[in-house]
Amino acid sequence: MTQQFYVSPEQLMKDRADFARKGIARGRSVVVISCEDGIALVAENPSPSLHKIGEIYDKIAFAAVGKYNEFESLRQAGVRYADVRGYSYDREDVTARGLASVYAQSLGAVFTAEQKPFEVELAVAEVGATQAEDHLYRLTFDGSIADEHSFVVMGGQADKVSSVIGQGWRSSLDFADAVRLAITGLVPRGEAEEQAKALPAGALEVAVLDRQSEATRGSRRAFRRLNDADITALLA
Amino acid sequence: MQESTANQVAANATSSFTEHLQRDRPELLPYNRSLQAGAPAAAPLQVPHATTIVAMSYDGGVLMAGDRRATMGNVIASRHIEKVFPADRYSVLGIAGTAGIAIDLTRLFQVELEHYEKIEGTLLSLEGKANRLGAMIRGNLPLAMQGLAVVPLFAGFDTSAGVGRLFSYDVTGGRYEEREHHTVGSGSVFARGALKKLWRPNLTAAEAVAVAVESLYDAADDDSATGGPDTVRQLWPVIYTVDSSGARRVPEGELAAASRNVIEARTIAGREA
Repeated sequence: MTQQFYVSPEQLMKDRADFARKGIARGRSVVVISCEDGIALVAENPSPSLHKIGEIYDKIAFAAVGKYNEFESLRQAGVRYADVRGYSYDREDVTARGLASVYAQSLGAVFTAEQKPFEVELAVAEVGATQAEDHLYRLTFDGSIADEHSFVVMGGQADKVSSVIGQGWRSSLDFADAVRLAITGLVPRGEAEEQAKALPAGALEVAVLDRQSEATRGSRRAFRRLNDADITALLA
Repeated sequence: MQESTANQVAANATSSFTEHLQRDRPELLPYNRSLQAGAPAAAPLQVPHATTIVAMSYDGGVLMAGDRRATMGNVIASRHIEKVFPADRYSVLGIAGTAGIAIDLTRLFQVELEHYEKIEGTLLSLEGKANRLGAMIRGNLPLAMQGLAVVPLFAGFDTSAGVGRLFSYDVTGGRYEEREHHTVGSGSVFARGALKKLWRPNLTAAEAVAVAVESLYDAADDDSATGGPDTVRQLWPVIYTVDSSGARRVPEGELAAASRNVIEARTIAGREA
């Protein structure tokens, strides 16, 4: 009969957290910026089809870093949650706060109960009628939830990227400025000149939540994914 | 064990909102209610019924129009009801039959299409959308047998083929592609008669709107359950056009003008029909 060794709960949690952090740190960063025109979500992602950014509902978007299969299952669960809620109550009743709290509970449950924690970090963004009504939530692998203002940076070089973006962020940014700022942040500092060219539109995944989607596009769905041509045009 | 987990994951992976509801929240489906078995079939339920929908193709797209009346027996249940809805960017549907179930079914269908788009990252093909709608109508068959039938009409722009297409359904979910034009609902025979005379190939969008308004006028003329243009309350039919740029609701102003033209022409002619 095998003997179970005693592991203190502190040690167990620390090991799990270290494991998850290592997994997340390997990935590339994702930036979510609230600005004048709405919310811009920018990821360094060479794949045109395996998205890190997704639409959840009319005004709500999702961004993630870490293991694709894990955050993809969370994204799909989020879309289901939002659609069921919107279908059974009303479209207005789907909020980022509700969704973020469901995510926090699932991540927390996986962190404590499962064999291995999810190696993911999520951001849930909701665009409001004014910038003050924008909501950005950051969720980490253990189910911690943080209500952020102005921007969220996640992934490998989060600290470096967020210091660059923190310096450049102003509430009056438009989408082009916000995406430019995000790209500046995503390119490692010091070698910005050479690297800026090495990050073409094809290596970026960009989506926006339009604050004025009803007025400009006649659609209540604020989420819009930008293709390579859109990105090039936006940055031109 | 490994394999059964994989099977489970695969079985749970669905892009369909309806399948998800069926599994997790069956009480939310509009057709998942069974009436008391052996309920007196002699006394049909008095519930609002939606009436006439017409759809036709025109040069570059398809159009769908519906009148604004719902009836409950001999009573007008609503003068304002809307029976034509955008299903997604490139398709619209119109409903005839039991209004309560039909409106819920429409909402479910709209969510179904959006859900697929969000999960899969692409739009469902037009055929795929038409088939999903057929499956939903089939789901309603038990209620249809008890007198609560819903019969939709579906029109959309096939972005891969570059043409507008029309689909009609029967209560069993049977799906039939229609050419040129089609009508459903209590006033459909009269509207069909009008369309046969008024429709011609390569109508412009504006001409198609005029034809739709006039055929609904004819349906309202002979069918008491179909509402004509109401100049007192300023109520006009609801019309959507779908072309390569997507679905668009024809503005009230254009509809008012088209309706007034029909009324004026008929008043001047001063004939019985």
